[in-house]
Amino acid sequence: MIGLRARWRLFRARARTFSEHHRSASILITMSIAAVFLVVLPRIPPFSAIQSENPWYDAFANAGVYVLLAMGLNVVVGLAGLLDLGYAAFFAIGSYTYAYSNSPFSGLDLPFFPMLFVGAAVAAVFGIALGAPTLRLRGDYLAIMTLGFGEIVPIVFVNSDPYTNGTNGIGGIYRPEALPFFGEFSPLTSFNYMIVMIAIVTVAMMLLYRLHDSRIGRAWMAIREDELAAAANGINTVVTKLLAFALGATTAGFAGVFSASKLTIVSPDQFYFTVSFTVLAMVIVGGMGNIWGVAAGAFIVFLIQAVLLKQLSSIAELLNVPPIDIGPIHFDLVKFDFTEYQYLLFGIALVIMMLKRPEGLFPSRERRAELHESSEGALDDELATGAAGDA
Amino acid sequence: MTTVTVAARPRNPIGRFIRIAVIAIAAIIIYQLVLFIALQQTWLVGTSALDAQHAFPVAVQQTINALSIGAIYALIALGYTMVYGIIELINFAHGDVFMVGAFLSIGVTLVLFGQPVGVSVTNVPFLILLLVAALVIVMPLTGLLNLTIERIFYRPFRGGSRLAPLITAVGVSFILQNLALVLVGSGDRGAPQIFPLEWELPLGGASVSVLSIFIFGLAVSLMVALNLFVNKTRLGRAMRATAQDQQAASLMGVDLNQTIALTFLLGGALAGAAGVVWGLRFGFVRQDLGFNAGLKAFTSAVLGGIGNINGAALGGFFIGFTENLATACGFSRWSEFLVFLILTFVLIFRPTGILGQQLGDRA
Repeated sequence: MIGLRARWRLFRARARTFSEHHRSASILITMSIAAVFLVVLPRIPPFSAIQSENPWYDAFANAGVYVLLAMGLNVVVGLAGLLDLGYAAFFAIGSYTYAYSNSPFSGLDLPFFPMLFVGAAVAAVFGIALGAPTLRLRGDYLAIMTLGFGEIVPIVFVNSDPYTNGTNGIGGIYRPEALPFFGEFSPLTSFNYMIVMIAIVTVAMMLLYRLHDSRIGRAWMAIREDELAAAANGINTVVTKLLAFALGATTAGFAGVFSASKLTIVSPDQFYFTVSFTVLAMVIVGGMGNIWGVAAGAFIVFLIQAVLLKQLSSIAELLNVPPIDIGPIHFDLVKFDFTEYQYLLFGIALVIMMLKRPEGLFPSRERRAELHESSEGALDDELATGAAGDA
Repeated sequence: MTTVTVAARPRNPIGRFIRIAVIAIAAIIIYQLVLFIALQQTWLVGTSALDAQHAFPVAVQQTINALSIGAIYALIALGYTMVYGIIELINFAHGDVFMVGAFLSIGVTLVLFGQPVGVSVTNVPFLILLLVAALVIVMPLTGLLNLTIERIFYRPFRGGSRLAPLITAVGVSFILQNLALVLVGSGDRGAPQIFPLEWELPLGGASVSVLSIFIFGLAVSLMVALNLFVNKTRLGRAMRATAQDQQAASLMGVDLNQTIALTFLLGGALAGAAGVVWGLRFGFVRQDLGFNAGLKAFTSAVLGGIGNINGAALGGFFIGFTENLATACGFSRWSEFLVFLILTFVLIFRPTGILGQQLGDRA
């Protein structure tokens, strides 16, 4: 009879082998379990006390937008090692594309699901247009160019009143058409949005994992580690980097279309630098380069931002936390607005992660090996080569 | 590796200064002419087009204004370019150090001297005292802030990957910005404009603001001082050596940590000076000021050739002029867009900048 621990280890080893051999199947299984979990979670006590079901599903659907964004940015930052600081711009372009095709402002009413791809394609075109001149240069320039681009896109949307309705943005965007089995999409049926979002994330994750394991994925990681060496090994670095950049933009475009159809309004102030920064923080916290880690990181960070920080005061009220008085300092948790501090917290979290745990909360195996190589791995390598030399 | 432009010591310093002065004056005159012509074009400025008689004084005034705003950008750009020159890092937090400087300068005039917002000082000795006090207090503080940032956040990454410190720099910038948001709130905060705005000097039929001339003069003197420091002193030589080749410099007995810290100190101090004059010139400070100004200043640094001190100054003035031209012609809404276009075109067609890059093209 084998012990429980040994059995558990065996199970884990089998699960790992299975997930390596059947990646898409295991993603499908994991995401189904996650979906069931998300459906049930708002109905059980500690969560049902915070808010009712519909707001929870709404938050999960919104979290899905950020999960998608983080997975897209992960391709750019985590896999290819390019710093994109204007990621919200592509999100904005996707959103505005949908808003323009489906609102009283333009008088058009095009179907949602094809527009999902059109919005992504438009974002991809902008991504290529921005990436093509910049990616020939050293990586720092991409950071500053994308930062500038992220700053400019909302400004252009504000200034081009006749086409974008300026600061007010485009409102009254039509929601997606009703689906055969689920029924229609409305503010009261956040559940449907959530299910569609889970489906999109699942498909995106499968595709991204396939890319990650493919020749292109290996090329991205080779470029991230050493661009010169990658080029010397016959990788066309400019085209490969451009592909990563365009793919990131495409994902943001998808997220943008979905988000616009859900919020039913787009305005320039939804797409400022804070969005790009939040997504970057999600990627860093989740673990650069690890697709499911980034997705989980984004989900957790978004829920902290959208639910926990907003509800913290009411939770404190529920638990009857007394105000703290230390001399002149008066601190009342019940009246404290945590959302004011959220970006400060994100900034601190990002910097601390970079300094103390650069591989993120859920590191990918390669990343962990390489980040800790200087302490242990390098020594082992040295010993090994030394021994080989002696022999 | 290209040759090191900053390191090349001029054979004849006086001749070089005269040459720079001649080029600068020529550029100013050309800009004035451009503005003079632009202001008369109905297709460009619409109904607000002026005739030749009125356009000229406006052109002169605007040129001086452009010089003062360009000087502010140049001062910030110097910090970017020096840091990039020495450790090849875009110090995203630099713009926010400038913002902190602007807030500190409000603090100095408000708290130390009880000077209320909205009242200018016409008593010249007291005005000089206030200005000197603001500069003397703010510059070391922002310098120290920048130095501390380097010590805590950038030094651990030295010699490692390039992506990690870059991301950290963005994080530090975000922290500073949101710390300011939490401490002083969002929106414009009034800065005491102690320098009387109504002081004007007659110049060629136009009246130009003394404040603008003061800002320009201050910036130019700081730049000259920086140039002398970098080119004439032992520490400056250490800086140039480190920028050229860190390893070789350290083999020659240059203390890398000290030299890099010094670079951050100087850059931060210059950003602090820019912060002080920003408050005087615009009369408001806000917590996200550093983001925009930083982007423009970095564009200036790239435009002039990143790593090149004179280039950063030149780029700063160029961006100042561009922005001023857009504003004078009634396109102030698009000035950011214009700056971004400049950045794009420079990166496409001349990534080494106007004066050439100090660094090699190591990826």
